[in-house]
This record gives sequence, structure tokens and C-alpha cells, in this order.
Amino acid sequence: MEAQIGLGNFLTVGAILFTIGVFGIFLNRKNVIVILMSIELLLLAVNINFVGFSMALDDLAGQVFALLVLTVAAAEAAIGLAILVVYYRNRGSIAVDDINMMKG
Amino acid sequence: MISDVTDFASLAPAYPELALAIGAIVLLMIGVFTKSNSANMIMGVAIGLLAAVTVLVIIQTESGLVFNGGFIQDEFARYMKVVVLVGSALTLVLSVSSAAEHALNKFEYPVLILLATLGMMMMISANDLISLYVGLELQALALYVVAAMKRDSGRATEAGLKYFVLGALSSGMFLYGASLVYGFTGQTQLDEITRMISLGGSGIGLTFGLVFILAGLAFKISAVPFHMWTPDVYEGAPTPVTAFFAAAPKVAAMALFVRVVYSSFEPIARDWQQIVIFISIASMVLAAFAGIGQSNIKRLIAYSSIGNVGFALVGLSAASEVGVQGVAVYMAIYMVMTVGLFACVLSLKTDNGYVEAIADLAGLSRGRPFVAGIMAILLFSMIGLPPLAGFFAKWHVFIAAIEAQLYVLAVIGVVASAISAFYYLKIIRTMYFDEPILQFSAAPGELRLVMGVTGFLVLSYYVTVGAPLADMASVAAKSLF
Repeated sequence: MEAQIGLGNFLTVGAILFTIGVFGIFLNRKNVIVILMSIELLLLAVNINFVGFSMALDDLAGQVFALLVLTVAAAEAAIGLAILVVYYRNRGSIAVDDINMMKG
Repeated sequence: MISDVTDFASLAPAYPELALAIGAIVLLMIGVFTKSNSANMIMGVAIGLLAAVTVLVIIQTESGLVFNGGFIQDEFARYMKVVVLVGSALTLVLSVSSAAEHALNKFEYPVLILLATLGMMMMISANDLISLYVGLELQALALYVVAAMKRDSGRATEAGLKYFVLGALSSGMFLYGASLVYGFTGQTQLDEITRMISLGGSGIGLTFGLVFILAGLAFKISAVPFHMWTPDVYEGAPTPVTAFFAAAPKVAAMALFVRVVYSSFEPIARDWQQIVIFISIASMVLAAFAGIGQSNIKRLIAYSSIGNVGFALVGLSAASEVGVQGVAVYMAIYMVMTVGLFACVLSLKTDNGYVEAIADLAGLSRGRPFVAGIMAILLFSMIGLPPLAGFFAKWHVFIAAIEAQLYVLAVIGVVASAISAFYYLKIIRTMYFDEPILQFSAAPGELRLVMGVTGFLVLSYYVTVGAPLADMASVAAKSLF
């Protein structure tokens, strides 16, 4: 008999994706686009958690929350890319190492 | 589930938010569809709208839950909303005279500020993790855009980018915590979460969720160790935008912090108390030392605001009604002092543009005695010198800490306050005892008005607004318990 995919599996995948997302933001030294992708990964990890819990609790609120998170994530990505475009126009680079005009 | 919104009257507790939302959308439409440059008119209407909504918050005395418990209006929300709305309106007033230099003379700017303010009001009134998140994001998304509003400036866009990345990370952490809290209590409504915790106790999953939520919120109030975006964003963003960042969103995020820890995690106060004490001490101490080496006034104010958040959290760590009252008083005084300080900074204009270096303030007292005088009053108040308002702000939070027997915290706070006096006094020395090097132009009328009013309130706090403010804060704190 096949093993059931339970809440623990969902939470493990969610936790792994979340960790990858956080490390993607802090360890990445190359490209801001990668940071935007990591942010999406964070939000998707949260969604897996929400849907997993929603299933385990047999309660719809978690799925409603996940839908709202998806919507906000789309808006966030749009604004992030817009800011990145104006940044690129000013500096001609989107390398993470070049984001250093202000320090201290 | 049947909605509890049956007719228009049942929406009464949310009238101010509805008015602000409709007003912001109407102004956006006017801005989009009018051919001529309508930025100035929209700025004026936006300030008027914020004032009208403030009045509406005060006169609309109906409290209660709406939207099936997603939205709560109580005395605490009312108090904090007034502080936030006044802060937003005043910072819009500050931006009028310098809008062209800071590339803020576009109609989008006041509209975005209105939407951010709406988000803040939603945060303050949120009673459900879902509405809390939506309010938080409405505020944050508007602020990311405002930070990068000066599109042709490398510094402003860099500030916007940094703010966006770290803000999005903090939202992610908050959400991860929210998902764990939802999973381990089965509820998203704050008061239901309390009920489930007091029924079932706390487990490791819930504590994890609490830590993630607090980390996400600590980002928003820029408490150490999640403060690293603050100095860069404050320095890079146009000065009127920095003034806005320092005033209203801090107050709203602090109100949210208070509501989350009190109305949903009250049964496990011991768990969050330790975290709040830690970030409070870390913020106060880091700000006291890191501020010393700063040469840019906006960067210095950033460290000062980190320190102020630390002091406000002292009141929160007490986990008592007096503590919440202390936080409420502290945030109101902090908002007034910050707005006043930025009015001074924005009036430091020479023929070559705005001045931001502290060294350039040399001899300000001779050229512009009024600006220097108000700035000195506000800085002495930030230090916490009696009988200025800043002293009473600190007094309220430290009394709460001492009543809760957190003596070590109170002592560290007082020491940090004494150390931070060094950099505030350094500015005053530069203004009063150094030889003038720059010729400053006269300050515009509305800046003089804001400086005069904030200076007067701070100076006369004990005899004028002190007692009523403490009473209102006490009523606000009572509604949370």
C-alpha cells in the first residue's frame, strides 16, 4: 500500500522552500532578479503551509488566506520589477554588489 | 457563513476607512483624467481629506466588530488612528514647499500617501490575520513606490530597492508565522487564537509561529536586529518621504505589534515578553552607539528612530495596562517630535539646494535663530530633558517597566538614553557654537507653522496636552484588556 502524503510532508516541503528562499536573498551576490525569485519562493512556501494546514484541519480559511497571498504576491512582483527598472536606468547594473551608494 | 454587513449603518465602525478609500480612488481618477497639472490641487484635497477622516474617527464613536470579525474598532484603534492620520497629514504639509526639488510634484504622491494611510488604519483595526496581512501589504506596497518616487536619483531608487527586498522578506516571515499559528490553533481571528491558546496551551509549533510573526513585525518597526534597512532608506529617500516613513508607519506598526501580542498571544505573555525585552535592549543600545559616528542628519534621525522604538518597546515588555498606556503616549509624542524635526530639516535650504550634512548646520542660530531654537527644543526633548515632552514619554514607559519589576531593562534604558544624548548635543553645539559657513534661505510659512506648533506642544507638554493625552492613552489601553 502506498504511503499517504500527510501534513508532515507538506510542512517539510514548506520549511525547505522557505529556507531556500531566505538563503537565496542573503547568499546571492549576483543578481537582483534572483532575489525577486527568492521572495516568490518564500510566499509559495507559505502557501504550501496554508493549504496543508487547511486540508489537515478541514477548514477553508487557510485556502482563502493562500488565495489572498497569491494576489498580493503578484502585486508585489509588479512593484518590485518596476523599482528594479528605474534602478537599472539610473545605474546601468543590477548586480547585488553594486547596491552600495549608502553605507555606515 | 452569513455576512454581518446587512445595511450601510452596520458598517459604521468602518466609516473612516471607507471615506478614505473612496476619497483616494476619486483623487486617483481626477489625477488620471485631468489633462492639466493637477498635482497641487490633489495635494490640497488630500490634506483636507486626511483632516476630515481624522474628525470622522473622533466623532464616529460606535465601536465593535464588522466584516465577520475581520475588523475591530475600539478606543485603542481610535487613538492610534488619530495619531497616524495627524502624522500623515502633517508630513504631506511638509512636502508642499519642496515637492518640486524632491520630484514629488506628481499627483500620484498624495494618492499613494492616502493609500498607505488607509493600509495603516486597516493594520490598526485588524482583528484577523488575513485582514492584518492585507492592511500591512497595502501600506508596504504604497511605501515601496513612494521611496523610489524620485526616479532619476540613484540614491532614491536604491533606497526603494532595499526597502522593497527587506520589506518583502519581512512579509514572508510574518506570513510563515501566521501559517504556523493558523495551523496550530485552527483559527485566523485574533481573539479566537487567544481562546484556543488558553484552552489548549502552547506548543513548539505555536511558539515558532509567534517568533516568526514578531520577527516580521520587528522589521516594520525597525527594531534591532531587523533594523538594517532603516538608515539606508531614510538617507536615500527624498526628505519629505523620509519624514513620512519616520512618523506614521512606525506608529501604525507599533499599534499592530501591541494588538497582536495583547489580543492574540496574551496567554503566553511569558514567551513574547522575553523576545520583546531582547529587541528593546538591542535597539536602545545599538542606536545609542551607532548614532555617534553619523554625519548625515537623516541617517542620524534613522538611528534615533531605532532607539525610540526601543524605548517604546520598554513599555510593551511590561505586559501590563500601564505599559500599553506608556506605548500609546510614547508613540504620540514621538510622532510630534519627528514631524517637528523634519520640518526643521526641510527648512535648511541654501541657494544650492537642501542641506543634509550635520557639519553644514554650523552657526544656524545666527542666521536662522527660530529654526535653530525649535530644533534645539526638539533635540533636548529627544534626549529626555524635563520638562519637555520627551521626558514624560520616557517616564511613562520606564514607570511601567519598574512596576513590572524589570529593573535591569529600565537601568539599561536610562544609560542608553544618556549615551544617545551625546549625538543630540553635538548637533546643538554645531548650531550654536560653530562659525556659520552657509547662508540659509528663509523657511516657508507652513514649515514655520509646523515648527511653531510642534515646538510649543513639546515645550508646554506638562501644562497643556500632558494630562489629557495620558487620560486618552489610558482609555485606549483599557480597551485592550
